[in-house]
Order: sequence, then C-alpha cells, then structure tokens
Amino acid sequence: MQTSEMKLDGNAIAGLLGEIFAVEMTSAQGTCASCGAVNEVGRVDVYIHAPGTVVRCPDCEQVLMRIVRGRGRYWLDLTGVRCLELAED
Amino acid sequence: MRDTHRLMGFISRGFKGRRRDTASSSRLPPGQYLVNDFPVLSAGPTPRANLDQWTFSIEGEIDEPKRWTWKELLALPSDTVTKDIHCVTKWSKFDTTWKGVSVATLLEGVETGAEYVTVFCDGGYTTNLPLEDIMDGKAWVAYEFDGQPLHPEHGGPARLLVPHLYFWKSAKWVRGIRLENEQHPGFWESNGYHLYGDPWREQRYWGD
Ligand SMILES: [Zn+2]
Repeated sequence: MQTSEMKLDGNAIAGLLGEIFAVEMTSAQGTCASCGAVNEVGRVDVYIHAPGTVVRCPDCEQVLMRIVRGRGRYWLDLTGVRCLELAED
Repeated sequence: MRDTHRLMGFISRGFKGRRRDTASSSRLPPGQYLVNDFPVLSAGPTPRANLDQWTFSIEGEIDEPKRWTWKELLALPSDTVTKDIHCVTKWSKFDTTWKGVSVATLLEGVETGAEYVTVFCDGGYTTNLPLEDIMDGKAWVAYEFDGQPLHPEHGGPARLLVPHLYFWKSAKWVRGIRLENEQHPGFWESNGYHLYGDPWREQRYWGD
C-alpha cells in the first residue's frame, strides 16, 4: 500500500464523529494547537489504518485528535485542537 | 494382537490429529485471526530517514547516554530471529523473520535504576514498556525483514521488535530508548490502549 493511499481526508471520519458529537462535525473549524492553522474538520488528514483513528493538521502534520473505540467505549484526545468552532443546528 | 495393533493405530492417528489442532490454536492468542500478508498500519506520514544523520540513542536515567550511528549499529553483533507477531487490530502472522541487534546488546554495561522505558521514534510516536520486557533477548532493533532491508512502510530503516506484546509496542522508525523511573504512557497507551499489552491475556484497552 502506498503512503498516499493511507492518508484520507476528514470526511473519512464523518461517521465516527457523528457517533460521538450531536452536531455536524465535518464543517466544524478546528484550530491546531501546534501551528495555529484553522482547518475545516472535513479537510484535515486522517489515518485510520492504525489501532485508533489519528487526525493530523494538514499544515504541520501534528496530531489534532486521537480516537480509540473499544469495549463499548470511546477515548478521545483533543489536546491538539486549541479551539473547535461549531455551527448551531 | 491384531486388535491391539488396530487400537494403537486408531489412538495414535487420533492423537496426532488433535495435537496438530492444539499446536495451531495454541499459537494464536485469544480473539486473533491468522493472516498471510503483512498489513501496513500507520498513525501518520511515513518518515524518510537520512542514514548519514540517523542515530540510535539510549538516554534518560543513565550516567553516560549511549549513541550509535547507522554504520555503528550495523557493525554490532546481530541476531536473526523467527517470531509470531500479534496486532491489537486482531491479525496475527506466524513465522516472521527479522534481523537486528538485541536490545540486551545495546544495554550491555549500562547501569541504571530505571524500571521503565519510553521508546521514541521519527514522527513523534512513543510507546512505554517495563525495562525487563526488552532485556534478555526479548526485544530487538530490527533492520531487516525476510532477508531484505526493512521497508519504510514497515518501519524502516529500523523498528523495535517486541514480539511477546501487541505489535503497537514494536515501534516503527525507532530512534532510541529513554530509561525512566516511572511509567509514562505512550502514544496509544495514553488514549485507551493498555499500558502493558499482553496478547495472551487480551490486554487491549484500559481496564482489560
Ligand atoms: Zn498545525
């Protein structure tokens, strides 16, 4: 498998985020805690061929989110997202 | 006499059949299935190492940190080992052959009071292990797979190999080992995955 095939965009986690959040997430704006870039969640870099899902900043490649699902639970690390701007339904 | 012979034949056939079944199931930890390919797992972009600048370090709770260049690492005594590997995403692969330097060789002569290590990598990945789990021929810094230089997508130029634990502990693109007095959860261990990760006890997640 090529590296380029392993990297997906944020739409790949629309379903997963939809299980966790009550509002539409792919149009949310996330601010990277490392470089300050603001990106729509639908446009971030996503790696799903891993023990969990890893979301990275498309500008600096730092981790924005880590999402692990198992044993009927989710573990969600958002330390790489300084701010998440969401639209009201 | 003939009856006894037939009975023995029956028993030995039955016994052999059962032994074969037990042999394969006893090699597969609970909840795992067997694959013949080698799936690529990746939590980020594949780093491309410059071998002229590559080093492997042992640092942290050690009086004099140790460091090897790529050439120096290749010059160390190496092992070729064949091991079964078990990924927490539930695939297992039997009889994988690796060449590399035993971590015991790298730790030779090191005096430390540390009981834990953090393994660190290009790309920022980390994983935590008890020091004793990488001693005594239980772990290697592997640079060949199946007789070929380790492909970057499988962790080349070098990855840790700790086959007795789930494969996320066998960190790809490894650059060093930090000796620590306390256990610091690594990349996956800090977000839901088990601190130790023994496949035979199915230690996948926190609380397992
Ligand atoms: Zn960034």
